[in-house]
Amino acid sequence: MKKTRLNQVHREAGGRLIEFAGWEMPVEYRGLIDEHLAVRTKAGLFDVSHMGEIMIDGPEALALVQYLTPNDASKLLPGQVQYSALTTPEGTFVDDLLVYCLAVPDKYLLVVNAANTDKDFAWVKDKAASFKVKATNESDRYSQLALQGPLAEEILQPLTELDLSQMKSFHYAYGRVAGIDSLVSRTGYTGEDGFEIYTLSETPDVIWKAIVARGEPLGLQPVGLGARDTLRLEAKLMLYGNDISDQTTVLEADLKWIVKFQKGDFLGKAVLEKQLAEGLKKKLAGFEVVERGIARPHYPVYIGGQKVAEVCSGSYGPYVKKAIGLVYLPIEFTAIGTELEIGIRDKMVKARVVPTPFYKREKK
Amino acid sequence: MYPENLYYSQDHEWLKVEGEEAVLGITDFAQKQLGDIIYVDLPAAGKTVEAHQTIATVESVKSVSDVYSPVAGEVVETNQALVQTPELINRDPHGQGWILRLKIKDKSELGKLMKAADYEKFLEGLEH
Repeated sequence: MKKTRLNQVHREAGGRLIEFAGWEMPVEYRGLIDEHLAVRTKAGLFDVSHMGEIMIDGPEALALVQYLTPNDASKLLPGQVQYSALTTPEGTFVDDLLVYCLAVPDKYLLVVNAANTDKDFAWVKDKAASFKVKATNESDRYSQLALQGPLAEEILQPLTELDLSQMKSFHYAYGRVAGIDSLVSRTGYTGEDGFEIYTLSETPDVIWKAIVARGEPLGLQPVGLGARDTLRLEAKLMLYGNDISDQTTVLEADLKWIVKFQKGDFLGKAVLEKQLAEGLKKKLAGFEVVERGIARPHYPVYIGGQKVAEVCSGSYGPYVKKAIGLVYLPIEFTAIGTELEIGIRDKMVKARVVPTPFYKREKK
Repeated sequence: MYPENLYYSQDHEWLKVEGEEAVLGITDFAQKQLGDIIYVDLPAAGKTVEAHQTIATVESVKSVSDVYSPVAGEVVETNQALVQTPELINRDPHGQGWILRLKIKDKSELGKLMKAADYEKFLEGLEH
């Protein structure tokens, strides 16, 4: 099992460590619900060093990224970040990812899911062969911390010379954090304001400890993968393998906003254009369980007694205090208020389609 | 740590025998493994089970865990406090977090269960 450079820190903090995507990672520290609520109301600190980083370097780097992803990376200037996907020729997902523009047009960093890093790198490398670029898997060199929550800026500002009040969402800058050279971006995967801190330093624990020392008196908690999952679900952020896969298209996943048809050719464009013109047959919808019970991944979903789908992500949402989930429904059943039934063990439990995200933070 | 007056199973249930009946719950070890418990699926009174059959289901945010009856019997009562306050299992697993009361079919089955000292040794074995 691979260990991040923060492994010892997690042990000292009382983290319960589990295997995730080949990594030994903390699933929780004080408790999932406490950690989840800390991120929504104060702040939480995550080790996400298991995420993959793929560097695209060379005169045709932008051209390659434009070909691999449906969003328009030509809109990015150095200092900007974009949510996008790696798409198959069928318009489905190899993965979802963040694109960091380091230099136009020749240097881009792709940040991908830990479970997909090797697959993604092989995919990118294969496609890169016909472009003047070099693709390298930098994953093991980077550590990545995520500081998320309404107090994130207040906690981080005294630790860096960067003026965080000037950093907009989906922007980044280079600077020191607790004396360690870092790339700091205003991004995250929890539905809260916050930052992700990337460093090549061998001692990212210095950053971790400085943030904890500054943040704990204000209510910050270290947060494990357990709460990371419930936080992203409340915010309707996709989890590869649950909600998106090579069997679901970007449009079916309700991510039309990352598809820019006018930008030129990209993998899957023709299929997605056709799907858009003909209309979707199924789409990812959010539901809440109305009766008692929690819908989990793969539980069957019924409409009028007919099984129509299986739950993708499904869990209890500790902040919204409801059992919530996502499911691909036949398009005629995706209207808000549509009544569903979910097979939970030997019972049929009522649920209904609701607006998403389940949780949206109030902008300042 | 583990009360002397309870019987323990390898699946981390406990039984407290009271005459012909037994109160059943999950152990402190089990609740710690599960994390924050948010839902308990209780059986109907009158349900009969064989030893090692599922008798209830306990859910934390992240996981679903079957509770097995360590002995054969019939459910006579369930802990209705868990409907509104399932976290009682986290707070007091061997007390207020009890799950149900069983009428034991054959008390000789209790001989297969562990006493506190044996259960503690069993847990030590799991950690190595």
